[in-house]
Amino acid sequence: MEQRDPILEVRRVTKRFPGVLALDGVSLELRPGEVHALVGENGAGKSTLIKVITGVYRPDEGQIFLGGEEVSFAEPRESQAAGISTIYQEINLIPLLSVAQNIFLGREPRGSLGLIDRDRINREAAEILERYGIRADVAAPLHSLGLGVQQMVAIARAISVEARVVIMDEPTSSLEAREVETLFGVIRQLREEGVGLIYVSHRLDELYEICDRVTVLRDGKVVHTGELTELSRLQLIAHMLGRELAEVEAEGATGFGEEHEAREEPVLQARDLTQRPRLHDISFDVRPGEVVGLAGLLGAGRTETARAIFGAEPLDSGSVKVSGEEVKSGSPAAAIRAGVAFLPEDRKSDGIIPDLSVKANIVAAALPRLARAGMVSEKAQNELVEEFMQNLGIRASSPDQPVRELSGGNQQKVLLARWLCMNPRVLILDEPTRGIDVGAKAEIQKLVDDLAVNGLGVILISSELEELTEGSDRVVALRDGAVVGLLSGEEITEGNLMEVLAHGGGSGYGTPEDGNDADE
Amino acid sequence: MTPMNRAASVSESLDRSAVASWVRGRGVYVAFVALLIFNLIITPNFASVATFSNLLIQVSPIVLVSLGVALAIGTEGIDLSVGSVMALASAFLPLYLGYGWPVALFVALLVGAVAGLVNGSLVAFVGVQPIIATLAMLVGGRGLAQIFASGQLLIVSDPAVLALGQGRLFGIPAPVIVAVVAVLVVGFLVNRTTFGRYVVAIGGNRSASYLSGHPVRRTLLLVYIISGLLAALAGIVATARLGASDPSNIGILIELSAITAVVVGGTPLSGGRVRILGTVMGALLIQLISTTFIANDLPFTWAQVFTAAIILVAVYLQKGRGAA
Repeated sequence: MEQRDPILEVRRVTKRFPGVLALDGVSLELRPGEVHALVGENGAGKSTLIKVITGVYRPDEGQIFLGGEEVSFAEPRESQAAGISTIYQEINLIPLLSVAQNIFLGREPRGSLGLIDRDRINREAAEILERYGIRADVAAPLHSLGLGVQQMVAIARAISVEARVVIMDEPTSSLEAREVETLFGVIRQLREEGVGLIYVSHRLDELYEICDRVTVLRDGKVVHTGELTELSRLQLIAHMLGRELAEVEAEGATGFGEEHEAREEPVLQARDLTQRPRLHDISFDVRPGEVVGLAGLLGAGRTETARAIFGAEPLDSGSVKVSGEEVKSGSPAAAIRAGVAFLPEDRKSDGIIPDLSVKANIVAAALPRLARAGMVSEKAQNELVEEFMQNLGIRASSPDQPVRELSGGNQQKVLLARWLCMNPRVLILDEPTRGIDVGAKAEIQKLVDDLAVNGLGVILISSELEELTEGSDRVVALRDGAVVGLLSGEEITEGNLMEVLAHGGGSGYGTPEDGNDADE
Repeated sequence: MTPMNRAASVSESLDRSAVASWVRGRGVYVAFVALLIFNLIITPNFASVATFSNLLIQVSPIVLVSLGVALAIGTEGIDLSVGSVMALASAFLPLYLGYGWPVALFVALLVGAVAGLVNGSLVAFVGVQPIIATLAMLVGGRGLAQIFASGQLLIVSDPAVLALGQGRLFGIPAPVIVAVVAVLVVGFLVNRTTFGRYVVAIGGNRSASYLSGHPVRRTLLLVYIISGLLAALAGIVATARLGASDPSNIGILIELSAITAVVVGGTPLSGGRVRILGTVMGALLIQLISTTFIANDLPFTWAQVFTAAIILVAVYLQKGRGAA
């Protein structure tokens, strides 16, 4: 890449928060026409750095230069006006407005009399989407579209403002593979146009596919910056974790990997779970000490299956047995009493209770058990919370800290603690490592491994094939709400799995009937 | 940065932010004490037992209904019907006095509980938004109360009932005793029982609460029943103080005072937290504001403007906490 003057330069920026030095003399150079990866564990300072660049926070020390001139933004609006566009992980759009209205929100073109020119909005929005190869009906209300398309609209909005710098914070976390390709097309075009991009992601594949250079943050400091091609994946992970390369190599890329010896009778038997039109006759078993992966593409019914087992979705027919006893359907409370635990996919909307303390979040499910005559024993609570905060290495200033202030990885550990303190027999994990940093991810994978070794039955849902193949003892493949295959042992490879998901049953691997066979 | 000087800078910045957040969380206490001192200096004859006794008697019904409203708001709901439920209880009270005061009181409380059950069922099982469900009860409840009372003011002369409004125990006015007991009971429910945990969990994140196995519907139902009971109790106390059942006027607009007390007291409208003592302080504060204006012969309309300012400041401070 040609050496041009940086379009954005962050020079020795320091930012402190009460109790935390979030950024410690961080410098970063972004050149025009480059895609710059910004990586690090949660809590490394990526989000803070982005917020300093976009004017959400003021740096305590250091300077920021945009196009060679020093800038100091008091609020995000000013950085936007100066040509810095940011796409956040969560979609910040208005569900009831149309796609076009969202794209032009706050800068609607005016017609005569100063009224909003709706035709022009639709026309120009269509042009923008067309230009970047995004397919969506501009007149449709945003909420009627899938999450992935909504994310693409957010991206279209961000890049349609003639930005000089575009910052993407985990833009692919809600995208499907096909949409990721579209996004990469957009990124390549922006690069051609000389825009500088900062790309934050936890997905290594994406980084190596699209990024030119990389800056690695750890504990608020830059620990590495340079060309990405000169850095191997293992070196990159080693930088992020602050560990020696040899250590990472020894542990493998994911923490999963133990072979678990499945023993005894199934701890969970799901039989003919049907919820029209989404689930059809889903049956499978989980034995103690076994990790059963649920594989499938988006919309295959993985989450619905998990929720149905947990009683959070009504069933048209079918039954769930835990240790041979039938569980009352349609009641999470009954499933919990029977020993089922469920870590939901969407940590924010279904998991944490943000304003409550770490402690209250951990004991949430255990309340009925800790209570005597409707009263909660403070002592029993504290002991439990202390034990699990320590065991899981939950980093919080105190058990009374509101859980919303914790990093994503630590929030996930709080939720794990909520379920592990119940001594469950079956643990359902729906995308347990989504959106959390490499370090916490490895810890959680290791933890699940250990739990399975100790006799817990685990159902693992993951969109990452690698996580499924390395973590599972058996894999149940779902397509369109039905079981289309079953892999076990040596059969579990990414190739086989994709084959089953693509062609189902016919490939000579498992058939739905295998799932019913407890003696297999 | 070494761990040691990091720790030093941490404790220093914690000190400052801790003070700021303490004031933010308890601004209502600061405001109340400030206004109290102001009155002690400015208002003639303020420092008398009669003044305080009056203040506390007047605030008692507001405190009672505020407790229920605080619970509803804690679940990210609201109860607008408290004033009308007061009227309903007041309307039924004289109708059953012929069977003796215990029956009459029981019926009045039962009416409040049933009103709460209707509110709660609509919210928990039918899925009606709390503001709509309780708005219907606000309108319909008072209408029913007037129908049952034939639109008339009925004199209540039963000494046992009157004692609840006019009597004293160890020199403490009965309404104050009723309110204090209610505060203690609800405070206990909120802070010490699983029910209290469910309330804030539902308000904080209903889906997460449900997936943690909490009895979401039962809890919501109970919240509105408790609120109805407390409103009925307030209606009984107000009736007893007046010596008459007056369903057309009793509890009119009290829901607004209650919401003010709850919000000023630090319970956010978005739910997830319930501040019982703060609510009591909020009620005392708005009562003290009107007392201040009346005692100093200032136009009462200005008291309303002042109260509005207090509400805005309270909400602003809560917003500040969210952003930080």
